[in-house]
Amino acid sequence: MDDQYLLSMKNISKEYFGNRVLKGVNLNVKPGEIHALVGENGAGKTTLMNILFGMPVIYSTGGFEGEIQINGESISIDSPHTAMNCGIGMVHQEFMLIPEFNVTENIKLGREIGEPTALSKIFGNLLEKMNWTQMSKEARKALDSIGMMNIDEYAKVAGMPIGYKQFIEIAREIDKTGIKLLVFDEPTAVLTEGEADRLLEIMRLIAKKGIAIIFITHRLTEVMAVADSMTILRDGEFVVRKDVKDITLTKIAELMIGRQIDKLVDDSLLASRDLSDNKIALEFKDYHVDMPGERVKGMNIKIREGEIFGFGGLAGQGKIGIVNGIIGLFDTQGDVFAFGKRLDLSKLGEALRNNIAFVSEDRRGVGLLLGESVERNITFTAMQIKDQFLRRIGPMKILDKAKADQHTREMIKLFDIRCTGPSQTAGSLSGGNQQKVCLARAITMDPKILIVSEPTRGIDIGAKKLVLEYLTKINREQGTTIVMISSELVELRSLCDRIAIVSEGKVFSVMKPDDSDAAFGLAMAGVREEEAV
Amino acid sequence: MKTIKEIYESIGLPRLIIGLFFICLVVVSIILGFSPAALFSDVVRRWLMYGTLVLAMVPGIQSGIGLNFGVSLGISAGLLGSVFAMEISFLRNWNEVLGAGAPWLTLLLALIFGIIMATILGTLYGLLLNRVKGSEMTVSTYVGFSVIAFMNIVWLSLAFKNGELSWPLQGQGLRNTASLSGSFGGLLSNPDVVQSTQPAWLHWLAFKIGDFTLPLGLILVFALLCFFVWLFFRSKMGIAMSGAGENQLFTTSSGIDVDRMRILGTAISTVLGAVGIILYAQTYGFLQLYNAPLMMGFASAASILIGGASVRRAKISHVLIGTLLFQGILVTALPVANEVIKIGTLPEVLRIIISNGIILYALSKTKGGNQ
Repeated sequence: MDDQYLLSMKNISKEYFGNRVLKGVNLNVKPGEIHALVGENGAGKTTLMNILFGMPVIYSTGGFEGEIQINGESISIDSPHTAMNCGIGMVHQEFMLIPEFNVTENIKLGREIGEPTALSKIFGNLLEKMNWTQMSKEARKALDSIGMMNIDEYAKVAGMPIGYKQFIEIAREIDKTGIKLLVFDEPTAVLTEGEADRLLEIMRLIAKKGIAIIFITHRLTEVMAVADSMTILRDGEFVVRKDVKDITLTKIAELMIGRQIDKLVDDSLLASRDLSDNKIALEFKDYHVDMPGERVKGMNIKIREGEIFGFGGLAGQGKIGIVNGIIGLFDTQGDVFAFGKRLDLSKLGEALRNNIAFVSEDRRGVGLLLGESVERNITFTAMQIKDQFLRRIGPMKILDKAKADQHTREMIKLFDIRCTGPSQTAGSLSGGNQQKVCLARAITMDPKILIVSEPTRGIDIGAKKLVLEYLTKINREQGTTIVMISSELVELRSLCDRIAIVSEGKVFSVMKPDDSDAAFGLAMAGVREEEAV
Repeated sequence: MKTIKEIYESIGLPRLIIGLFFICLVVVSIILGFSPAALFSDVVRRWLMYGTLVLAMVPGIQSGIGLNFGVSLGISAGLLGSVFAMEISFLRNWNEVLGAGAPWLTLLLALIFGIIMATILGTLYGLLLNRVKGSEMTVSTYVGFSVIAFMNIVWLSLAFKNGELSWPLQGQGLRNTASLSGSFGGLLSNPDVVQSTQPAWLHWLAFKIGDFTLPLGLILVFALLCFFVWLFFRSKMGIAMSGAGENQLFTTSSGIDVDRMRILGTAISTVLGAVGIILYAQTYGFLQLYNAPLMMGFASAASILIGGASVRRAKISHVLIGTLLFQGILVTALPVANEVIKIGTLPEVLRIIISNGIILYALSKTKGGNQ
């Protein structure tokens, strides 16, 4: 029965440092079919593909469990080279092309065709002469076979439109002899709509030749349009393998998201808060942030005072950009109002001076002074913005070591930061404790609005719980407005009063935490419910 | 056992090796019959002489521009300040008008001129370094070289009247090495100068205990400078500057203008360079113009690295330890080499090999490089 499958990955499990990212996943692909692999960020798609390609990162972290079969034969793929020999190819998301080389050179890179010369007879075949006619002929054939008649095989790659680069990359994979299976990792993410349509067409063309395709994408409409069958992963677990004709868009979305939502907060506390549309803490009006990879393109939203408001959505859609614009790390356009006052974000520290504190998603890059002490990290911002922990000596403001030390000790106790003392360097703490330091720094500012970005990324469960509970606590007890940006939908739904799903730099829809899984799934994929019939 | 390991780790291998080498040299030189008191006097004198120049590295490193090889800029400002002060002193005939106070006023004027010029030049230099983020150390090396070349032209074209400064046979231009003996040379550190020119109540500035010379005045000035730099890095602004050097994004997100902090750090470093060269000349007794300061930036950078600093973090203790080890080895190595090898100029060659060898070793310990 297994013989019908070209590739069959059985019961694959993988652990990264005690964190199980894949739990007995199966993936089966028939020859000549387009098989979609879908799941949220972090569902385990990339890890699964890394295993298929025998990437070093898998072996340096202890290998994996399970079996890989090709045409019913069990094989062991221990390096990308082996994968290539087995006829598995990959079209990369970031193009692996050399800009200064021409199309032929790029397609034939590493597999050049040579002619013996006098030198090569003595010194080996590295000194063979290139057979350009033969190489360009084969490159032409590969390009033609994907319908790219209009790309000149002698043109330089530099300066070509992104779509063309993508097609050249595909041609290179096609050109490899014995290719049986091609993996497309989010190929349409960087393409324009026209180019994406063209790519889907090419995928069909390739599949017709009997080459199987694994298609990884977040765009569910593309899956519906082009795939024959699909495997859905969720949290590293295999959910289902289905033929596309037997499933609806709504059902896919539901299967991708579906899981138990635990309310972290007692609902009885909710009632005690007075949320009103007249009391607005933070308002965005046509807000743009020019952050590469996470652009915000005209966002309009009002966040009420005392609310826990969530921003969710897929990576790259712009939710991360929101906070980085407010921090002042990237240029912004449009208006942001805090308690009715317009913020001039071109001025550094503007948000901080208006009682907005934040925790960056990039803990090590933005959130911490890794080489400095826990104390310096926690007190830094409050010292610079609010002149706290300082003593005036003549014209100079000198560090008040005793006060800083005392405050740090309080914070260490409050957040249960595991360290040897206030003088330990932040870089030597574990991820969870580093995150607590970041949060302690924001709390030290005593903010009215606290913006936390990916507060639980890469930290252990204990720290996660503590962080989320604390956010709820200051919201309920001190009335702090919390804005939470997270890729973890579960987290948002367990905490937030309202959740805005960000898609293509805009608020796609504002949802309630108890909306259906399907509704969330569709919103994440950027599909209106009425379209998804 | 644990404490021994802790001590070892806090000292670090490079300092242990160089420290042991230094102690070896001292032992050998004492065996060879050199007077320990004279030797230590020399070590202390050289330590203080270079100390401020090494201290100038601290603000540069802390503000994130790395090792300031362009400290020659500050040195040039200090030298310019000195020659202007000396010329004015000569034109106004201060030595006769003011007597014992004349060298003090000259020194003060040299410092004021030097600091003003260093502030202006340092700010411009900081603006330049902000445009070449990521390759500050390479650029600063060439700024250092270029400024020396430019100053060569300046020295050649200055038409001063002071005979100590201009060439003995007259004409335009200043001489290579100008003696400060009639001016502020040795005012804070040389017992002979202090005892003979200054009133009795100032004799504590420098005196001898047996064969050992204690330059108390210079020690006090250097200690004061170290204290100010230490205090500055505990101030609000100093802490902001350290943050800017450690993590630009973090500091920006705390509402601090990183570029401004870098300019400030560069300017302070340049000013300390100017003060440093004036104290250097004061101790040495001579003003060295033209190419003499060419490699001083490297020696200073090497000293602070040996002391345990990295290109991203530096403390005052690194300055003190590093300068002591670097200069200590140079002071003790030369007489020992002289004694061991007695052929022609070989000892001088050996000295150059040793000093550049230490610089090379120190630079190889920069840890992580200029990220």
